[in-house]
Amino acid sequence: MPSVRRPSARATAALTLCAALGLSACGGGATSGTAASGDGRIVVGISADPTQTLPWTVTSKQAIQVLSQVYSTLLDTGANSEPVAGLAELPTVSDDGLTYTFTLKQGVTFSDGSALDSTDVKHTFETIMDPESKATSASYFASVASVEAPDAQTVVVTLSRPDASFPSGLTGTNTGIVPSDADPATLEKTPLGSGPYAWDTRTPNQSITLKRNDSYYGGTPGAAGLEFRVIPDEQAMVSALRTGAVDLTVLDDPITARTAGTGKVTSTAVDSLSYHALQLRASSPTLSDVNTRLAIQCAVSRQEVVDSAALGAGEVTGPITSPQYRSDPAAQPCPEQDLAKAKQYLAAAGTPDGFDLKLMTSQGLYSTAVDEAQAIQAQLGKVGIRVQLESLDSGDYVDRWLAGDFDAAIALNGGSADPNTMYARYFTSKGSFQKVAGYSSPSLDRLFTEGVATTDPAERKAVYAQVSDELVDQAAWVWLFTPKLFLVHDSAMQGLEARTDASLSTLWKASLG
Amino acid sequence: MTRLRAALSRPLVRRLAEAVVTLVGVSLLTFVVLRVVPGDQITASYGIAAGELSPDQIRSLEAYYGIDRPWPVQYLGWLGGVLSGNLGLSTASGTSVAALTAQALPNTVELAVLAIVVGLLLGIPGGMLAASRPGRARDGATQLGSLLSLSVPSFLLATALATFLANQLGWYPNGEGYRTLLEDPWLNLQQMALPALVLGVSIASPVLQTTRTAILGVRSEDFVRTARAKGVPPRLLQVRHVLRNALIPVVTMTGLQFGFLLSGALVAEQIFAVPGIGRQVLLGLQQKEYAVVQSTVLVIAVMFVLVNLLTDLVYRLVDPRVRAR
Repeated sequence: MPSVRRPSARATAALTLCAALGLSACGGGATSGTAASGDGRIVVGISADPTQTLPWTVTSKQAIQVLSQVYSTLLDTGANSEPVAGLAELPTVSDDGLTYTFTLKQGVTFSDGSALDSTDVKHTFETIMDPESKATSASYFASVASVEAPDAQTVVVTLSRPDASFPSGLTGTNTGIVPSDADPATLEKTPLGSGPYAWDTRTPNQSITLKRNDSYYGGTPGAAGLEFRVIPDEQAMVSALRTGAVDLTVLDDPITARTAGTGKVTSTAVDSLSYHALQLRASSPTLSDVNTRLAIQCAVSRQEVVDSAALGAGEVTGPITSPQYRSDPAAQPCPEQDLAKAKQYLAAAGTPDGFDLKLMTSQGLYSTAVDEAQAIQAQLGKVGIRVQLESLDSGDYVDRWLAGDFDAAIALNGGSADPNTMYARYFTSKGSFQKVAGYSSPSLDRLFTEGVATTDPAERKAVYAQVSDELVDQAAWVWLFTPKLFLVHDSAMQGLEARTDASLSTLWKASLG
Repeated sequence: MTRLRAALSRPLVRRLAEAVVTLVGVSLLTFVVLRVVPGDQITASYGIAAGELSPDQIRSLEAYYGIDRPWPVQYLGWLGGVLSGNLGLSTASGTSVAALTAQALPNTVELAVLAIVVGLLLGIPGGMLAASRPGRARDGATQLGSLLSLSVPSFLLATALATFLANQLGWYPNGEGYRTLLEDPWLNLQQMALPALVLGVSIASPVLQTTRTAILGVRSEDFVRTARAKGVPPRLLQVRHVLRNALIPVVTMTGLQFGFLLSGALVAEQIFAVPGIGRQVLLGLQQKEYAVVQSTVLVIAVMFVLVNLLTDLVYRLVDPRVRAR
């Protein structure tokens, strides 16, 4: 009997193996070429389908990556994230700092050929300011009193109070200019802007394709088109890059990025404006004493958190990450871990043996969150601060974070090229995130008011240096590090600049060799 | 009342009534669980920027997403839509859930069928091999292989395969945009190969164990001894008498596995970027798109119920004793 069964069983098993291996062996030749990019198209891998397609509602990085290719903004960003000319030249500002006059470049059109003029800008800005449109960029326009279009090339924005951060807001994709005669419902389905590429097709959860906009005002885009392809798994994304199926992606996980960059794939680490922080709510009873918060600052070794949780892919930071206003990371009461000093602060706070602290974190938000929390738990344990970790679902975390319902939290917060945009919402007594920050003071209120009213760069810098000093001297939070992002692309790709935050603002110049 | 009781005593009618109750239960449970979990579509799509929305903006967003109405109204509204053929809208992609499902379901069904084929091709011969010499080296080796395939997590096998093939052979078809079987059969089959293999391997183990146990059980039955004594050739004996009778529990097992696969092989679909029904539910959950999750889960539940009914029917075909009951 066995003699009968043996061949049949073996034959079937062999057949199965052949089916699997045969496919892979044959496939090697058939698909390993760069068919996708051979037609001059660049394939950009994204980890999720963008959830927003109206420019003023964008928040997700995927939506920004896609829509920044479709829409143009009044101002662009330079290599240091500073505002430079975009659709308009840099504005002339009146002496009282209240009137901004923008002159649009000549001959700009939308990708459908219709002219882009000042009425489109006025329409876009007024849409953003209308609460009905639920714009995430509305806060950039909080100081705007009126927008006028005296002639086709001129836009005059009048502010109700001086606001030096206003121009930097106009560089965001969520202020992209839309045609004044387009219905939002139509734009949501088929975005129409004046960017380097024009909307072509979308397959939900799979891909979005764009085609070259030959009338782009900045020049001729480098590729015939772009395809944003959804590949949810980062390791699978690396495989797709290796085989040339995907030409470009942005990774944030340092381990994955390390496995990607070899041979015909280049991985470039770039700085980020965002920052990891141990948020302490000074308004909660546990942390109301400044000595308690300073004890935490002194017990934490920021470099150790970077090395253990982020595998060294980050830089220790102070509060402000805006390139032109960057805080000195060493300028704080405890720039390095100092356990003796931490114990002194604990004694001064009346808790020489430490205390219990609840620390909120979330696994789902970003890859290193729980590792950071555990590193900090171990460090604080050395001075007797007993940290109880609360690892939450991301929805629960965001809810409690927004409500200020925590004592301490591990957070990765977005930064900005402008320090006022970055922190006024947190650390002023009327800021929208005051509940989250848990710290404000009359002196900070005064400094933020002064900073936003000052246009001279050197003077502004001095003001925000004082803001930064107060934040660390009071240990409002403990700022840990700014992470690295990784631009990973086909080595044959030329023209793409490695910008802060892995911005794809220069993607239009890129081509595949 | 007596008429109702009489109707319910008929097996098919009773099964259908049970199915309806199950489906309503599933839909209610999904509805409630979705809303009890912290966070809603506003925080899901705006993230922390939701903190900067004014109360007016939040009210208008709640109305837009339809989450401003009381729960019973939301549930009945959704149910009414479903009964009239409207599964709701995915606001993130601006597409109806019916259209999304119509796109995703065939991919999942194809993947499930291929995975079952791989699972059966590995499992049944493996089970026969193991049962041929129970307790001997061949049996031990097969069992060890089966244990391994069961204990290696799918996500690990999937990632390892994808990385190895891309690095060593420069082959990773799933990086190309997904093509359906109709659009590009050759590329589609290549894209299905890895996920089907990964899923097939995980199914092979229970199939193998079931086959082995069943064969050993059947072989000791009197009718096999009788057939052998009658002079039935060994090959015929194995196939017609032993294997055929041993397949009954394998069919049941396969039906169950197929049901699970239809509910979306989440890990495989996610890693290999197969736009199937599992990924649709996951995306719906991530973006807190209530209509997407509720309707897709309902579609999955309907399929599950149908597959179970079908398994019962096949069971009746294979085993005459069941027909009599």
